[in-house]
Amino acid sequence: MVEVTETPIDTADLQRSLTNPAAGGYCAFEGWVRNENEGHVVKRLEYEAYEPLVIAEGEKVLAEAKERFPYLEARCVHRVGLLELGECAVWVGVASAHRDEAFKACRYIIDQIKVRLPIWKKEHYANGDSGWVNCERCAAHGIAD
Amino acid sequence: MKSITVRYFAMFREHAGIAEETLSIDAATAHDVFEHTRERHGSAEPNGHCKVAINDQMADWDSPVSDGDTVLLFPPVAGG
Repeated sequence: MVEVTETPIDTADLQRSLTNPAAGGYCAFEGWVRNENEGHVVKRLEYEAYEPLVIAEGEKVLAEAKERFPYLEARCVHRVGLLELGECAVWVGVASAHRDEAFKACRYIIDQIKVRLPIWKKEHYANGDSGWVNCERCAAHGIAD
Repeated sequence: MKSITVRYFAMFREHAGIAEETLSIDAATAHDVFEHTRERHGSAEPNGHCKVAINDQMADWDSPVSDGDTVLLFPPVAGG
């Protein structure tokens, strides 16, 4: 299951939702808002997503991960809106019979999410500037990564 | 000429100053639509790291566009 939420991510609740009696391992990844990027002091982040295709493309990613590293349960939640330092921006959890599948599927899912899903991140800097991450036009001006 | 509705996201929306517009343009592919909007809004962002969707389906830059299509222009993504 892939979700987009405007409210804080409750990781404990999400972990419980993956409970499966056949699962012997669980692996999760949390992406947090960091205070620095490319030498700029970051005050907060703003995420935007196009939810219909985040869900559709995200479900494809989960299916691909399951084919490669058969797991029992997997779920991903991405936050949108304004996030403060330390807040959880993305959570991926995988439960599987053995740890290897959980580690590998979790890594595959977060790596694909970062490059495929229509989600955008705007950094708000300490000096009052802001910039969209990965935007080449911005990068050319040294504003953002 | 085709009637194409274009939706802009994130940086593209801010740059264009609008979230959506319907254009009457001579475009065969999604890339043609992208180039048209680049000129229209004076954007310097190349399409290399951008993505495109047509009618809510992820597409390629050489995907054909038809009259009445909605083309979604996604600037470089940065989830996580």
